[in-house]
Amino acid sequence: MSWAWFHRFGSPPYFYRVAGILVPWFAWPAAILIFVGLTWGLVIAPPDRLQSDAYRIIFVHVPNSWLSLMSYSAMAIAAAVGLIWRIKVGHAVAAAIAPAGATFTAVSLLTGMLWGQPMWGTYWAWDPRIVFELIMLFFFLGYIALRNAIDDVSRADRSSAVLAIVGAVNVPIVHYSVIWWNSLHQAPSVLRVNGPSMPLAMLAPLLVSFLGFTCYFFAVMLVRARAEVLRRERGGDWIREAVAGST
Amino acid sequence: MSEFLHMSGYAFYVFTAYAIGIASLLLNVWWARRNLTLAKESARRRLAMRDVAS
Amino acid sequence: MTLRRSATQAAGAVMRRDLLLAFRRPGDWLQPLAFFLIVTLLFPLALDPELGRLRQLAPAALWVALMLASMLALDFLFREDAQDGTLEQFALSGQPFAALLLAKTATHWILTGLPLAMVAPLAAVSLGAPASSIPMVLVTLLLGSVSLSLIGAIGAGLTLGVRRGGALLSLLVLPLAIPTLVFGARATQLAIMGESAEGPLYLLAALVVLGLTLAPLAAAAAVRISLE
Repeated sequence: MSWAWFHRFGSPPYFYRVAGILVPWFAWPAAILIFVGLTWGLVIAPPDRLQSDAYRIIFVHVPNSWLSLMSYSAMAIAAAVGLIWRIKVGHAVAAAIAPAGATFTAVSLLTGMLWGQPMWGTYWAWDPRIVFELIMLFFFLGYIALRNAIDDVSRADRSSAVLAIVGAVNVPIVHYSVIWWNSLHQAPSVLRVNGPSMPLAMLAPLLVSFLGFTCYFFAVMLVRARAEVLRRERGGDWIREAVAGST
Repeated sequence: MSEFLHMSGYAFYVFTAYAIGIASLLLNVWWARRNLTLAKESARRRLAMRDVAS
Repeated sequence: MTLRRSATQAAGAVMRRDLLLAFRRPGDWLQPLAFFLIVTLLFPLALDPELGRLRQLAPAALWVALMLASMLALDFLFREDAQDGTLEQFALSGQPFAALLLAKTATHWILTGLPLAMVAPLAAVSLGAPASSIPMVLVTLLLGSVSLSLIGAIGAGLTLGVRRGGALLSLLVLPLAIPTLVFGARATQLAIMGESAEGPLYLLAALVVLGLTLAPLAAAAAVRISLE
């Protein structure tokens, strides 16, 4: 398998240009899929047997939760690529993911609280999955804080990369916490060995919504990554053409 | 329609959750684009400084 | 390059040096100890000093005080040696950097974590713990302090020379230390209640082993980056 494409993406001008082209290809599907998924889940999907209409929160809560885990993993991988192969674009991508990842995690926790009150009778519970998701938020915030505290961009990149990799151990813990501990959270109902246990009428809008959020993640990440790549360039005439005349 | 808005009594929870979710999506879009605009501006300024210096 | 000393000898030399230097500056390692005692003292003063009620709080008070005192102590782990260039010499010496850092962390623990753990039984008794629970309280806090020192070394390496690094250090280390806190506090609690603490104790020991094997590598990577 040729690794040429891998190294090509590592070239800042190539990445900048290709990312710019790709953004609308992710942004528009994201907007459409999220709109369709959320409307479907909010309006069309049937009420749940036990929770009637309160369960509709899952169409916002679950994609954000999945994306918080996926973002952290992607951030850790990008940071590792930057650290091990010394590819600056890797660091740029990692920095680009952090704010969105933190937001996904925060929204996951907040919407979870809003679901917890009708479902369990309490806004908050010291439940393993919630705790580890909260820890995930601290990891994101710590990552951002470390980056901001170090003035030298190169050192900030590499130190935060070490932090991201060390914190990656939390990701499987969040997923498996509901199996390892007795938890208020239900056991996984989608990513299971025997296949999903959710009825199709509810699973379908969830998957559409999730797909939309994933496209959204890529779109936002690519926009930020372009900014990060620009910041890391010292010389190069390609910048001249890239920023000339455009707003 | 009023049944929809009522959400069998859970209207506050459901609509607030959706509002937070959508607000965060819009916020991140605005933030990311602003970030790129600022980065382009500072790149332009750096280039201008180099041109003056050379 | 051929080295005149083995890695073990080098590590031993680092430990001897650090211990010698530390005894010339007792403030560095006495302060966290005093801080630990003061924090545990705050709990009975803030609450009703009835021992029966305090006993329920004792594990939490001990562990929170341990974690806070450890954050305080981590300040001096690498600071002096980074400032006077010794750490750079270690990195360039040709000896395995992770081993030298592990030696520094071990000495730091002997000066801070170990005294904290030894004093903890006193604090525990003052918080209503029965005398029969003392051995287990000692063991859980010994293990916990080792784990905190190892994880703390990673944070200290990452925040070397960063302004207001102390607060940032706590923000980075405390989330990583939460599994240690959860299992350790649970073990201490079971011990104080008079029940068997085996389960959480083994998990805590597992975390210590994990820390011993991986933390020095991460700390070495972090320090190398910070020194450039």
